[in-house]
Amino acid sequence: MPGWLHALLLGATPLPAGDWLALFTHFLMLSLLAVGGAITTVPEMQRYLVGEMGWLSDAQFSGSVALAQAAPGPNVLFVAVLGFNVGGLAGVLATMCGTLLPSTALALAAARWSARNAQSPWLNAFTTGMAPLSVGLLVASAWVLLEPVDLHVPAALLVAATLLFMLRTKQSPMWPIAAGAVAGALGWV
Amino acid sequence: MAELPDTPAAMPAPLLRPASPAALFSAFTRLALQGFGGVLPVAQRELVERQRWLTRDEFLALLGMGQMLPGPNIVNMALIFGDRFFGWRGAVAAATGVLAAPLGLVLVLAFLAQQAQGLSAVQGALRGMGVVAAGLILSTAWRLGSGLRRNRLGVPLGAALLLLTVACIAVLRWPLVAVVLALGPLAMALAWRKGR
Repeated sequence: MPGWLHALLLGATPLPAGDWLALFTHFLMLSLLAVGGAITTVPEMQRYLVGEMGWLSDAQFSGSVALAQAAPGPNVLFVAVLGFNVGGLAGVLATMCGTLLPSTALALAAARWSARNAQSPWLNAFTTGMAPLSVGLLVASAWVLLEPVDLHVPAALLVAATLLFMLRTKQSPMWPIAAGAVAGALGWV
Repeated sequence: MAELPDTPAAMPAPLLRPASPAALFSAFTRLALQGFGGVLPVAQRELVERQRWLTRDEFLALLGMGQMLPGPNIVNMALIFGDRFFGWRGAVAAATGVLAAPLGLVLVLAFLAQQAQGLSAVQGALRGMGVVAAGLILSTAWRLGSGLRRNRLGVPLGAALLLLTVACIAVLRWPLVAVVLALGPLAMALAWRKGR
């Protein structure tokens, strides 16, 4: 098999059979913990894929998330890019099925249940209590994405400028992403 | 274009129903392909203003459910919305609409980036985009965080839970399962007490 085809189907470095199962089951478990959106599991995925298994480098990890953010579509697609960079299309299958199957089943069940129990105090305590945790997980995700960058002045300025741009204008996030790509390609950050 | 049902134009701006699962699929594909850095603002425009399948309040209720449930918000919203009209067939049609086309596109990009990995400019560009991605996520955290002021837990308690989460996950690097299983029930118990 030519190298590029192997990279496309199974990833650049082949994984042993047991690792596929580990990849799938880890994402399966993370699925139900992704309260507040898929992006809140970024720190855990980084801890597992980079720290524990060593399948990706810090830079590859952040690059995968960045690529998914730059393309149109739901944020959850960063999971597909991570799977692709670990194990090609087979990796995509493992990570995406793992991520989506449990949360999909739960969403459908919860939709039907909550349609009947909209005023439940349990539902209320859940929403109220989980809100600060979700925001905390978002902050932690941003923190982890900055891991491969030593936070010198230009990178900190770029983060601050992105934050200001998003909070003060209604323009598309495509602009800061393009600016980041140019600044990075020129070696400024 | 999604086919809209034949409704007499004279009716006073009634809500419409999606004609078929196929109409759901194409509407959700179109909104997903327009969403750079997040699909939610486009979803509002598409579902409420363009297709007139939901009122603004119904959209907010749907958004709340999508955010509260674990998993990707927009996929959850598509599932719940599709299920409402056509059962599981509608749920599958809407969710695959959100995912399929953008997935193909992002994988092509990932493959090209992988093949060009040796180029330092490509590596640099991805690193720069990663820095911006962190800023984008922080801006979402900021928006949602300012909503916490209305949370029944109160500001001191909410801020403490938020900072505790950041410390456990980002600084101490504890596994998410342990942190959510420990802090989640604690936060819910506090919310339960405040609610009584």
